Amino acid sequence: MAKMSLEDLRKLRENTQQQIKKRDMEGKQIQIIVGMGTCGIAAGAKVTLDAFVKELDAKGMGGDAIIRQTGCMGLCQNEPTVEIVMKDMPSIIYGRVDAKVAKEIVEKHILKRELLNEQILDRPAGDILKK
Amino acid sequence: MAYTHYILVCGGTGCESMKSNEIYNNLIAEAKAAGVIDKVQIVKTGCFGFCEKGPIVKVLPEDSFYVEVKPEDAKEIINEQIVKGREVPRLLYNKEKKSTETVEDIQFYQKQLRIVLRNCGIIDPENIEEYIARDGYLALEKALFQMKPEDIIAEIKAAGLRGRGGAGFPTALKWEACFKAPGDVKYVVCNADEGDPGAYMNRSTIEGDPHALLEAMIICGKTIGANQGFVYIRAEYPLAVDRLKIAMNQAREAGLLGKNILGSGFDFDIEIRLGAGAFVCGEETALLRSIEGKRGMPTPKPPFPAQSGLWGRPTIINNVESYVNVPVILNKGSAWFSKIGTEDSKGTKVFALTGAVENSGLVEVPMGTTLREIIFEIGGGIKGGKKFKGVQTGGPSGGIIGEEGLDVPLDFKALQQLGSMMGSGGMIVMNEDDCVVDVSKFYMEFCVDESCGKCSACRIGTRQIHAILDKISKGKGTMEDLDKIKEIGFAMQKTSLCALGQSAPNPTLSTIKKFEHEYISHIKDHKCVPGKCKDLVVFDINEKCIGCGACARKCPANCITGEKKGRHVIDQEKCLKCGECYKTCKFGAVVKA
Repeated sequence: MAKMSLEDLRKLRENTQQQIKKRDMEGKQIQIIVGMGTCGIAAGAKVTLDAFVKELDAKGMGGDAIIRQTGCMGLCQNEPTVEIVMKDMPSIIYGRVDAKVAKEIVEKHILKRELLNEQILDRPAGDILKK
Repeated sequence: MAYTHYILVCGGTGCESMKSNEIYNNLIAEAKAAGVIDKVQIVKTGCFGFCEKGPIVKVLPEDSFYVEVKPEDAKEIINEQIVKGREVPRLLYNKEKKSTETVEDIQFYQKQLRIVLRNCGIIDPENIEEYIARDGYLALEKALFQMKPEDIIAEIKAAGLRGRGGAGFPTALKWEACFKAPGDVKYVVCNADEGDPGAYMNRSTIEGDPHALLEAMIICGKTIGANQGFVYIRAEYPLAVDRLKIAMNQAREAGLLGKNILGSGFDFDIEIRLGAGAFVCGEETALLRSIEGKRGMPTPKPPFPAQSGLWGRPTIINNVESYVNVPVILNKGSAWFSKIGTEDSKGTKVFALTGAVENSGLVEVPMGTTLREIIFEIGGGIKGGKKFKGVQTGGPSGGIIGEEGLDVPLDFKALQQLGSMMGSGGMIVMNEDDCVVDVSKFYMEFCVDESCGKCSACRIGTRQIHAILDKISKGKGTMEDLDKIKEIGFAMQKTSLCALGQSAPNPTLSTIKKFEHEYISHIKDHKCVPGKCKDLVVFDINEKCIGCGACARKCPANCITGEKKGRHVIDQEKCLKCGECYKTCKFGAVVKA
């Protein structure tokens, strides 16, 4: 990234905001967001992430989904946590996602639009920056 | 066929005890009866952290949040919402109440409010664009181009922000003193040397949102007129250090750090200094000495760092959490911020909730939230249905709060009145199986190890109190020992050079005050009821033993023997008193005495 002026920064903010909105609206992509704080990684988030990559590739969907990382959501007891954001589905956070559950998420949630039982968690707080 | 609706039924322990299972089954039965079972999927979830109003049922995609649902409500939810597409207002959580009084525009059924952790778990911490998209560096724009240093200080003062490192000193006063201090070289320092046992708020904040810290430090530099910042962070936090380095490189490339930031003419850069794991280096003067390359030992105050800090220059030193609040205050305004919290303490506080709770984790709540809400709602109560005994706040400097403090709205003042302190935010919950003598001994041992040795009050005091606690834990204490602890503790509080020594006796003194009977039972009856003080506990096997051998297989010392189907015995000579047999036995045959 080149050095920015004030104008550049404002433009970048606006553009990225729109991009993110677009991503939500069109929703062509499936977003898989893995919690990768120390707690998540210690609980096996790297294995989980690899499992998603493998599972999506096996289903030939590698191109439809993006896998992103994020920090700690605060649900340390239930790490690794994974949020699935996709079109026409409410965003869902799953806890204790190991390789087996990751496979199940791909097969049920992503392919059949079916939620997994006993695995869902609630985001612990509303978003103060949501407009 | 795809589902149009999803019904989430809370399956947390609290809700399950209130028939959430029956609600789940009824919902499925009703959906079948109404012929909509292929339209709606009904699932059980983990705890929603709102047990007070449980059982909770949530319907998506409308996001209807139903509270205190009864099994017989299932029919109405299915028939109204799924069949006819109308919410059931009767069951909705009343969002008008409580919520709007504090802050508008926020989903408010939750107990938590995330200001410091606003981006944690939402953005990719290694991507500066995601931070910028969420109003990142917007406050910096204001600080560089629209606000004068006096305006920034006034805004933070009006917001009522107090230092989150433990003592709660008003942040604006610190900044003002440093702004007014003469000198053209000043420094901005961030204390990320989080050393309390059980605390990890700062680590998670930096790991999840490193740019927020950078932005705040640049703003601080602009305010006080400093061009150099330091983040002093523990070497034991490799991931946080990595993410911070990535963020700093991105910010430099983008012209947000370095020379002529955003073309404003203001220069500011940040360096990382790794701490080698000394607890005393979390004390601000010792931390500054450590940055200077000297041995980390405290110096007397005054002079305060704001007047004479790093290399004798005026220096602002704040905790990670204090800094991360600043961009939000500038963006949303002091009026917004000061509406959150109590009269004494504004905003939120992040706690690392650990120990004997069902859902341990990182929580951020408005000041004024009670311990009961934190432990029994967000934390889901005591693990395994055991009895609550106390909660340790403020780490080795704090105290233990018992049942009597559960309903006090928490802020800096309230915690002090309860004989503890806010500290940085570690919160360790204890149940009936924890022994206060053992816990006090643990913290005192920590302080013995971490005392820097500069002043005798701390160096000798911690050792003496530890020796007495050790004696008591072995059943050899006397009643006079308790008075001696109080005397030494008092002397340490009054004469130690820094806060580490001044507060080291706190866990011991607070437990003697609130749990004196436990100390007395150790001293007079030579008994440790929870069975944690190994010298005072004897494990035995009684006549209930069926000879399954489970305990013998678990015993690490191989000291349990017996015939198959016959009563087993423990060889007391070899017993390590680890308690594994006690935990393993399903028949109540292993007893503690």
